[in-house]
Amino acid sequence: MSTTTAALHPPHKAFSLGRISAIARNTLLELVRLKVFYFLLIFALVLIGSSAFMIQFSFQEQFQVLKDVSLGAMTIFTWLLSVLATAMLLPKDIEDRTLYTILAKPVPRFEYLIGKLLGVLILLLISTLIMAALFSVVLYARQEIVIAEAMRGAGEADPEQISAMIRDIKATTFTWSLLPGIIAIYLKAALFAALTLLISTFATSWIFTIVTSVAVYFIGHIQSVAREYWLADQGGSVLTKMFLAIVALLFPDLQLFNLVDDIVAGNAIATLLFLKTVGLGMIYIAVYLFLAYFVFLKKEL
Amino acid sequence: MKRIAIVIAALLVFGAVRLPFERALDEEHRASFFRGAKLDIGLREQIGQGGFIAALSGFRSVVADLLWIQANTAWQNTEWGRMKVLFDGVTTLQPRVMLFWDMSAWHMAWNASRWARDNPKQPREALRIKAEREYFELGRQYLEAGIRNNPDRYVLYDRLGLLLKDKLQDYLGAYEAYKKAAEFPDAPAYEKRFAAYYLAEVPGREQEAYEMLVKLYHLGEKERLPTLLSKIHTLQEKLNIPEEQRIYIDPKDRE
Repeated sequence: MSTTTAALHPPHKAFSLGRISAIARNTLLELVRLKVFYFLLIFALVLIGSSAFMIQFSFQEQFQVLKDVSLGAMTIFTWLLSVLATAMLLPKDIEDRTLYTILAKPVPRFEYLIGKLLGVLILLLISTLIMAALFSVVLYARQEIVIAEAMRGAGEADPEQISAMIRDIKATTFTWSLLPGIIAIYLKAALFAALTLLISTFATSWIFTIVTSVAVYFIGHIQSVAREYWLADQGGSVLTKMFLAIVALLFPDLQLFNLVDDIVAGNAIATLLFLKTVGLGMIYIAVYLFLAYFVFLKKEL
Repeated sequence: MKRIAIVIAALLVFGAVRLPFERALDEEHRASFFRGAKLDIGLREQIGQGGFIAALSGFRSVVADLLWIQANTAWQNTEWGRMKVLFDGVTTLQPRVMLFWDMSAWHMAWNASRWARDNPKQPREALRIKAEREYFELGRQYLEAGIRNNPDRYVLYDRLGLLLKDKLQDYLGAYEAYKKAAEFPDAPAYEKRFAAYYLAEVPGREQEAYEMLVKLYHLGEKERLPTLLSKIHTLQEKLNIPEEQRIYIDPKDRE
């Protein structure tokens, strides 16, 4: 009899990847049901629009602008998606009473938080991949049009010159060096998802969470200026120094993840340097998640 | 409330722990030519409040592109002064995009200078020439500033050589620029040839130029282009190279 009971009710595990993946799957499904992927249509329109608008420019200018606008749009869409999707998670679960149903079962709160964050991270990953694919397709199509035009204009030029011209055109379109830039865009959005989750654990409303996250985004981009000004011995009142120190210590340095502007400009990033940047991003995510758990652990629901 | 205070304290401690690492990483990024844009008050005046905030928020390249498109419109309206202001904004925002430096210099030194030279509103030729030269100088300044921001790339040295040769007839300057370009491992082979061609135009440096050209000649058939052969021929005559030491004889002279 006791053997049958044990088989029916296996011992409770303190940490279960199965439970986390179930919560992540549900979170992803809920977000997909909210039709968040519709923003991809806007992204596609931005891509095609900027591609068509730039026809009057030289091919170098066309590709420069197309890459800048596409990657800029990718940055803003992933960031907005991460903030908006994460800010809604806890309030929505409380409103729907789903949170009580889950936590009434033997699901530790940290598993719930990890699962929720994982769901958002998967959503962000899918979105980034789709945007990167759309971007590559538009860039490739534009490249082929430019090559065809150039071939028509080349007439009976030397084959060596024609192949050099094609090589030049291809060098200005999609290159694998753009990949670290796209990964950095995803990383920044993931960092923001973790940060928004932390804010939402003590926020009184989702509007507060979103507003605070947006403020952190802007302050985070000038954090390094505050940090250097604080550490440079340039005088200033004690109050100013204290304010700068708080900004430097409290906020993340988001410029460190802003690699894409320079990658589009042709800068290659060394593998080790890129890995250090990715490592820093992951540490941020882990710390924010841990602190979110710390607040959520004793939160009265 | 107590927990929130602990979280803030923990974030401050985390900030203090990551501070040296982030500063070192920042330095490494800068050493790899990342984050080179100088976003200061001067730029804010050039691109306006909205553009400045967007640039600060990680949309530097998009703001630069918008300014570039505006500059293109200004070009169609031949508003050279406005173009200069916009180019300054673009190159400050994206100092690592070679295209922006190259095109800014080209617009100033080739297009604006030509317009200044033919300006029908200026009847005095001396003033037209003065304005033309000022635009040449602006073009040169863009290229020199571009080189300072991109010391690891050959392209702008090449463009500077072209500008100095074509617009300012500064052959020594052109030689030095092409020589610098040729020193980069990814530079095309013609940079070395161009350096030698323009050194040949510098009074007193003909012997040195001849030696460079001969060295290139001995590299093989690929280097023996009509211009190179013609330069060697001219210098052989100019330097009175003895017949038996001449490496190139014009087919006409053979007959």
